[in-house]
Amino acid sequence: MKEDPGYYDYWPYENRPKIKWPNGAKVAFWVAPNIEFYELNPPNNPFRKPWPQPNPALPGYTSRDWGNRVGHKRQMDLLEKYGIRGSISLSTALCDHHPEIIALCKERNWEFFSHGIYNTRYTYGMSESQERDMIKDSIETIYKHTGQKCAGYLAPALSHSENTLDLFAEVGTELFGEEAGFYSCDLFHDDQPTPIHLRSGKRFASIPYSLEMNDTIAYLVQKITPRRYGQELKDNFDRLYAEGAESGTIMCIPTHNYQVANSHRIKAYEKALEYITGHSDVWVATGKEIATYYLDNYYDASLTDINNKKNRYGIR
Amino acid sequence: MGLDKSYLDYPERSYGMDHQRYEWSMLHERKKTQWPNNKKIALWVNVGVQFFPLNQQGIPFKVPGGMTKPYPDLRHYSLRDYGNRVGIYRFFKAFDKYKITPTFAINTRLAERIPYLTETIKERGNEILCHGYHMDKLHYGGQNINEEKELVEQAVNGLRELTGQAITGWISPAKNESENTPDILAQNGIDYFCDWVNDEMPYDFKTKNGILTAMPLTTELDDQFIILNNLHSAEDWANQVEDAFQYLLNETTSQGGRILSLNIHPWVLGQPHRIKYLEYILDVLGSHEAVWSTSATEILNAWKNN
Repeated sequence: MKEDPGYYDYWPYENRPKIKWPNGAKVAFWVAPNIEFYELNPPNNPFRKPWPQPNPALPGYTSRDWGNRVGHKRQMDLLEKYGIRGSISLSTALCDHHPEIIALCKERNWEFFSHGIYNTRYTYGMSESQERDMIKDSIETIYKHTGQKCAGYLAPALSHSENTLDLFAEVGTELFGEEAGFYSCDLFHDDQPTPIHLRSGKRFASIPYSLEMNDTIAYLVQKITPRRYGQELKDNFDRLYAEGAESGTIMCIPTHNYQVANSHRIKAYEKALEYITGHSDVWVATGKEIATYYLDNYYDASLTDINNKKNRYGIR
Repeated sequence: MGLDKSYLDYPERSYGMDHQRYEWSMLHERKKTQWPNNKKIALWVNVGVQFFPLNQQGIPFKVPGGMTKPYPDLRHYSLRDYGNRVGIYRFFKAFDKYKITPTFAINTRLAERIPYLTETIKERGNEILCHGYHMDKLHYGGQNINEEKELVEQAVNGLRELTGQAITGWISPAKNESENTPDILAQNGIDYFCDWVNDEMPYDFKTKNGILTAMPLTTELDDQFIILNNLHSAEDWANQVEDAFQYLLNETTSQGGRILSLNIHPWVLGQPHRIKYLEYILDVLGSHEAVWSTSATEILNAWKNN
């Protein structure tokens, strides 16, 4: 085990090269609905129990199934109303189980990125080849069902190995060259994109996905009220919008249909979306669009700046 | 090293669910439901009338709302008992004042222990459904099937005898089940159950003994969930119910009738500092022209007639 994951360098949030988003936007805004499949009878993983009760664990399973049966369409209608294309964090087995949901997303030209195969299959304990196989299966499944070359990754249930980002990038290259496997949502260390060190040396970025704005964290961990969540979204946006005048920032709302699309929560969410998209200098984008723009325009300048500061101050 | 290779096998990875209990379908694609008299929202106020024993066994887990301290946990025992002594009489008054038709989900052991309350509910004429034997008699994966059959029979038949009602509805304690629970319920004359909170409308649920209807009694607006689990105030509970009502009402303009289900507990909302928020909600809903306040079985029958 390592003291530090080694994926990125310390890089202070001041005096960085200025990021300018398209059309002078201050904030790149993206919404990442997780569309997940949780199993009723998942196999045991020695490092993490899927459910608190013995299988069949109805409370958890059924609420997530609600997200697919009811919640997904509600959020989809809402995002459409505010001109937002979702970036889907996808349990790729859902392509097999619920192709109707995939079809609705495809019709709207939404992005799909990999969130593993099932959200009840954890990376913990996998050998490197097992994790590589799982990631490859997920990217191939997305391509087969949507024609998209998967650009991003969020590990299933945020379960990682030391090699997760390396493996994702390598499998992307193996399947589709530089067109796949170039951004990660797994790191929460910044409000701007950052270059990621990989053993392959591939050009790869971390795109802020925000655990803090994640509805499941807000509702299941922090247990805040829907109206409070709506206010936190606005507060988060206000600060990133103001700072974005100095250098472009990113705001992400990661959502789960079984949380945010509930009838008592969706109104507060809608108000926040209305507020955010009602500002002029917001680039409403997808994860892949942001990552591509960053890699094409600011990745090199970021690396140079990071290296200059590293050479000047060093690291103990 | 690594995990057993079966960890990367996906035997249920195919169209539909990963089990055979019900068909996969998205709510918005289904036939629209029309409620009687052009009502838009069927209001299902479901009252949990519960017994949490002091000598809780906690097999296989401690039921949410149950004892948490070393024996004898007088604080939780008596605070739950408060609901059946005091809180529920505040509920009765509120239901009558605002013309709300409640449904009572009763633990059979509670009905045995408190004949006065059982008689009072019987005389009101409201529907009673079975909420299991008591809150510490859980149904769970791996449970011995004969033990569970006896438990269901004891609970359902006992409540039938005590109430004189047919008892066709069921909620498991903690909404938890074994892999056999639906089959056993169907065998015991149960028509609908409320443990699967995966929909907004009823749907057909397959068992070895015929079809049950899964009724959508949401946990998300449950007073215990919002106030005891999420630690929100009763006012916040009322805000969330109002927001839900407005959203569902709006959804009916394009998608047919909806159900607003409120699962409430006299030991939670029956407290003096919380009851006014329940009264407020019952007033708002009870006086709204689009709302049909009725029992679980009436909602089920109306849905079936569509």
